[in-house]
Amino acid sequence: MDLLQRNYFDLLGIPAQFDVDLALLDQHYRQLQSEVHPDRFVTASPNERMQSMQVATQANEAYQTLKNITSRARYLLELNGVDTQEESNTVMPTDFLMQQMQWREIIEDAITQHDISSLDALLNEVRSLSKSLALELNTQFHLKTYLDASETVRKLSFIDKIISDIHHAIETLEN
Amino acid sequence: MAYSDKVLDHYENPRNVGTLDKNDPHVGTGMVGAPACGDVMKLQIKVNDSGIIEDAKFKTYGCGSAIASSSLVTEWLKGKTLDQAAEIKNSAIAEELALPPVKIHCSVLAEDAIKAAVADLKSKQPA
Repeated sequence: MDLLQRNYFDLLGIPAQFDVDLALLDQHYRQLQSEVHPDRFVTASPNERMQSMQVATQANEAYQTLKNITSRARYLLELNGVDTQEESNTVMPTDFLMQQMQWREIIEDAITQHDISSLDALLNEVRSLSKSLALELNTQFHLKTYLDASETVRKLSFIDKIISDIHHAIETLEN
Repeated sequence: MAYSDKVLDHYENPRNVGTLDKNDPHVGTGMVGAPACGDVMKLQIKVNDSGIIEDAKFKTYGCGSAIASSSLVTEWLKGKTLDQAAEIKNSAIAEELALPPVKIHCSVLAEDAIKAAVADLKSKQPA
């Protein structure tokens, strides 16, 4: 079983590209999980049992990584030798950071004023930016402009965080 | 995770929160962000005619360590020259605030914000 040596796309049997058929990803993931399910290895050797468990774990990691747009793009860049430097590089376009700051202020004010409708409006605005960044990524991967794609992943990283913070703020206000 | 007393102090009583006029030729603005945690930091410095930093303000959206790091450096920056300011290292910030390894990047954010503010100011003031 050399499945452990393979990259996530190969492991789940889908083409290594940004544009992923999610239904196919689901189907292949479930298929692989059933193939390495512990029930099938009850009478197997300890070594085989361990390997099947490792594949099951990796299949889960692969599925989680490829299902999500940001992590899929980050992983695809990694396969192409591009590090998105999300831990180490703090330089971002000033306009983008200004907008992040404005959005953070809106969230803060909305929480103080118990204003759920402005959070809903912000959520729509941020989601629409998220969608357009995903479209940009698609183009960037087609054109193999990986450094541009890396910048887009860095932006999406902020966007994902702010979307989860808005959800959290809405939940807090609703309770 | 437990914050150190110094982090808590800066977090609860942040120094120098605010905004300076970014169009003022004596004001340098540095904006940086950390994609990994979504933190955004704006740091501004104002120099007098002798090139000494006389005021510093910050605005940070992020965790307690990021807020404490920026609050601390605004205190450190006052009275320094631009060259002295650019020498402030993240390791010194991390040490002063006793930041755990997973929060070192917050001090990096503050160091990078200083560098960006100094660079912005220098670009405004032809030598």
